[in-house]
Amino acid sequence: MTNTNELEPTPVELLESKGTRVTRGQTSAAPDKFLRIEDLHVHFPTDDGLVKAVDGLTFDLEKGTTLGIVGESGSGKSVTSLAVMGLHRGTRARVSGHIWLDGEDLLQVSDEELRGLRGRKMAMIFQDPLSALHPYYTIGAQLTEAIQVHEKVSKKAAKTTVVDMLGRVGIPNPEKRYDQYPHEFSGGMRQRAMIGMALINNPELLIADEPTTALDVTVQAQILDLMRDLQAEFGSAIIMITHDLGVVAEIANDVLVMYGGRCVEYAEVDDLFHQPDHPYTWGLLSSMPRLDRLKQDRLVPVAGNPPSLINVPPGCAFNPRCAFKEFSPRPCNVDDPALLESYPKHDSRCHIPVPKRAEIFTERVAPKL
Amino acid sequence: MSLLTVTDLKKHFPTYNQKLLRTQGAPVKAVDGLSLSLEPGETLGLVGESGCGKSTAGRTILKLLEPTGGTIEFEGRDVTHARGEELRVLRRQLQMVFQDPYGSLNPRHPIGQIIAAPFEIQKVTPPGGVKKEVQALMERVGLNPEHYNRYPHEFSGGQRQRIGVARAIALKPKLIVCDEPVSALDVSIQAQVINLLEDIQNEQNLAYIFIAHDLSVVRHISDRVMVMYLGKVMEVADRNSLYERPMHPYTQALMSAVPVPEPRRDRERILLYGDLPSPQNPPSGCVFRTRCPLATERCAAEVPLPVELEPGHIVACHYPKVRTVV
Repeated sequence: MTNTNELEPTPVELLESKGTRVTRGQTSAAPDKFLRIEDLHVHFPTDDGLVKAVDGLTFDLEKGTTLGIVGESGSGKSVTSLAVMGLHRGTRARVSGHIWLDGEDLLQVSDEELRGLRGRKMAMIFQDPLSALHPYYTIGAQLTEAIQVHEKVSKKAAKTTVVDMLGRVGIPNPEKRYDQYPHEFSGGMRQRAMIGMALINNPELLIADEPTTALDVTVQAQILDLMRDLQAEFGSAIIMITHDLGVVAEIANDVLVMYGGRCVEYAEVDDLFHQPDHPYTWGLLSSMPRLDRLKQDRLVPVAGNPPSLINVPPGCAFNPRCAFKEFSPRPCNVDDPALLESYPKHDSRCHIPVPKRAEIFTERVAPKL
Repeated sequence: MSLLTVTDLKKHFPTYNQKLLRTQGAPVKAVDGLSLSLEPGETLGLVGESGCGKSTAGRTILKLLEPTGGTIEFEGRDVTHARGEELRVLRRQLQMVFQDPYGSLNPRHPIGQIIAAPFEIQKVTPPGGVKKEVQALMERVGLNPEHYNRYPHEFSGGQRQRIGVARAIALKPKLIVCDEPVSALDVSIQAQVINLLEDIQNEQNLAYIFIAHDLSVVRHISDRVMVMYLGKVMEVADRNSLYERPMHPYTQALMSAVPVPEPRRDRERILLYGDLPSPQNPPSGCVFRTRCPLATERCAAEVPLPVELEPGHIVACHYPKVRTVV
């Protein structure tokens, strides 16, 4: 669609002639989206230098839909979710940009207002339920607290709600389980309890940070089913952070691929898997072994290691590991590519012209998947 | 002659009554009657949920744990109760790669010393000297030999796993037990280590026992695959036969639960309810019956024996039936 020009365009030309530069509005007025993250930066000053964990991230999320965020360790996925929850407050992190949740900029509200939103309007499920649950308190007490922080209800009424919720997330004998401690629960049951705790105030936004990574596949399947059912029931918006493309294919509507603190590709789930448009996404897909088919003798790994976020490579952060940079009309180690729309609702950050990328994918990448 | 033959291997861990420390409770039967054989250069994948005994099986085969029962034969020699000097010499042939690339390397030793440890322990001097050999090993696994004096913390997870591999292949063993060697690594790095393991296997005709919970990785790397549940073997078959024609309901459920990177593909999902029962008090009859969708009264009464239903395809189930799920 765009970038058909074979001549080397200057950056300005590129922006003007190649249509949409995906900044999606620089307005600071509240947008009509349910959640909108705009130009989010999260930087951590350290003794070794400034860690740019998230460096200019923009995306939207509507109610009732699920966004999958994929990326390797250190790509900024978790830091993004902590920023939405306001959990960088009181740390050395420098957060800038906008996080609009239902018309309110979460980076502007007071700590007290944020506490009112956290757990009620938005909730988070962590990867490791054993360290996210308090070992000294019973599961029942912890879920009851989650209600009583936000509402004035009697202990007895709260208990009814909690027992009901434990049953809804598939914990057998909820009344008996109410009085048990986290160590008496198995890994899958603890994760269910944590999901129950996150859902107890019917949050409109649910952030799940690798919720099934520590679990066995059989339990993972149960948890994913549970999240889907609960979304259908409550219509919440879900951000699913994971490194597993299989999980994303299963649960997400849209997918955002992160690399080095930035979005490198954003697409609807079908498009991402059928017409992936960024060399890093190709790398992820071709390095995974698959259950449903036997790949040829060798996997095709992504060369090298993920970048250090203190010294992000100049130009495109992925360029030192990119197998296709020879096709780029521009010096990838100098010019930083912008996130541009390659197809409708499908953006990616790469210098290689879109038709060339489609050709590379069809001829060189897809046969090895 | 098989490289390794394991017959009816058992590893039970004793438990103690909480109040009276002297009284023994029922033992935890972590591995309960495992039989397998392995040819030189072959890879056997060992899969199952956490707590199924796959790691214990690997460690018992390497004699890192003393077997409770059964026999282990290595190159035709019974090594079940090998000890002391005999065991030390045997370990030249049997090595291990661990899951945790952080916990399995001593942080106070430079990696040159870590990779040289097998030579030191076995009192072997390779031709050309230890340092030269260690640097050749580092080069072989894709590390810069000049980093000989660096410490583990200076390396990334994938590089550390390469250090673990270099150490394991130092003595040119015949069998390496790889216990979840790639599960702590990122996807893009995982493939690098899998390719390295495959290349080294082809060069040295190594046999692997590859323990993993990731069925996709196991499909890629294994020649044969064994599925374990609660210390028992449910199904063993060569790779294609197991993935394309699984016969045990547990294998089918396990495979159907793995998400595949293919959106909106209608796959049948066999949901298992509940959790793994306690291995201290396993169900009577077939251990899988409490979660099995096909279980009948017979399953509670009779232990299903492993039967070879097709050449090389062994299933322990009263009602085996091919069902393609991937």
